[in-house]
Amino acid sequence: MNVNATFIGQMVVFAILLWFFWKFVVPPIAQAVTDRQKKIAEGLAAAERGQKDLDEAKSRADAVVREARERANQILDQASRRSNEMIDSAKQSASAEGDRVLASARAEAANETSRARDSLRREVGALAVAGASRLLEREIDAKAHAQLLDKLAEEIARG
Amino acid sequence: MATAHGAEHGTTPTDYIVHHLTHLKVGEGFWTWHVDTLLMSALLAILVGWVFRAAARRASAGVPGKFVGFIEWVYEFVDGQVADIYHGDRRFMVALALSLFTWIIAMNTMDLLPLDLPGGIAALFGAQYWRVLPTADLNGTIAMALVVLLLIIVAAIRAKGVGGYLHEWVSAPFGNNPLLWIPNIVLNAVELLSKPVSLGMRLFGNMFAGELLFMLIALLGFIVVGATFGSAAGFLGQVVMGTAWAIFHILIVVLQAYIFMVLPIVYISMAEEHH
Repeated sequence: MNVNATFIGQMVVFAILLWFFWKFVVPPIAQAVTDRQKKIAEGLAAAERGQKDLDEAKSRADAVVREARERANQILDQASRRSNEMIDSAKQSASAEGDRVLASARAEAANETSRARDSLRREVGALAVAGASRLLEREIDAKAHAQLLDKLAEEIARG
Repeated sequence: MATAHGAEHGTTPTDYIVHHLTHLKVGEGFWTWHVDTLLMSALLAILVGWVFRAAARRASAGVPGKFVGFIEWVYEFVDGQVADIYHGDRRFMVALALSLFTWIIAMNTMDLLPLDLPGGIAALFGAQYWRVLPTADLNGTIAMALVVLLLIIVAAIRAKGVGGYLHEWVSAPFGNNPLLWIPNIVLNAVELLSKPVSLGMRLFGNMFAGELLFMLIALLGFIVVGATFGSAAGFLGQVVMGTAWAIFHILIVVLQAYIFMVLPIVYISMAEEHH
């Protein structure tokens, strides 16, 4: 328990240990710890940056998808409008065509009728002339009586 | 923590304790050297230095292994403690704190070895006495405290210059009146010397008391001489109390090392302040 020369030896031992820690232990450990702290900070910053980039890309992708969907809807609308228009115009032209065909058929029928009536009238006229000539028992000079015959035929036709 | 074998060392409890408190010495008078203290502390210094140097060589910015991670954890704990107290370039302070902390823990831990084991091993090499605990030797703790005292003075002179430091001796704390020089010097001397004395005595007192308590507990088993009720109870008491004290002593081992690490940093930090 008494203090003696031992403490001198102990001081030397401690001084050497202290010097050793100061020169060879603390600097490399401190270096490694600081380097790692820097590395971790950089890694965290990079991760944050990546997250931000990802968020941005996501929102950009969302915008693109939204735009595409809008465009698709527009195109669909346009197409359906267009098809409706086409159907309408086809309907209209078809009904116009039908009307036209009907009208021309009617005109044709009217022509045909009048032509038939004319020929019938002429036949009736001829028959009437023939009948009359048989009745008179002589040839009626068609030329001489052409005026009469025509008048008759006209009357038949009218009547 | 020990199996007492009193027969080897004498027959009375007093003999047993005196034997355990005797250093292996060479030399006479002041020039007496405690071989056990010197050898144990040097061996533990080499062990601590080797362990930390091994970790320091392997330390890199990459992922640390378990061993390096543990050493770095200790380093960061000490570094954090120093950073709280000492403002400025603290590389040397961290080295001081780390070497004090680890070396004292290593030395204090020797107290947890079975009480008669180191002496028994030393006896194999022909040593009659062997005190394994360098921090229960006042020389060991005072030596560290004196190194700290030198560092305090060096730090103060580095911060203020020789003139400024001497000026502070005569002028602080009462004032720069020639009548007050003597009181100032006396007070400063007391203040300065109380630091290493309290540092060294605190650690020595704690470890010496702890060691002594282990010896007293071991004496409970001292009386195991036959299968009597008393001897059985004594042996049981030694086991139970020895275990309890050893577990509690782990706290003292670390706590005293922590105190001896923090206070020098506080002292040096104070010494660099201008009054």
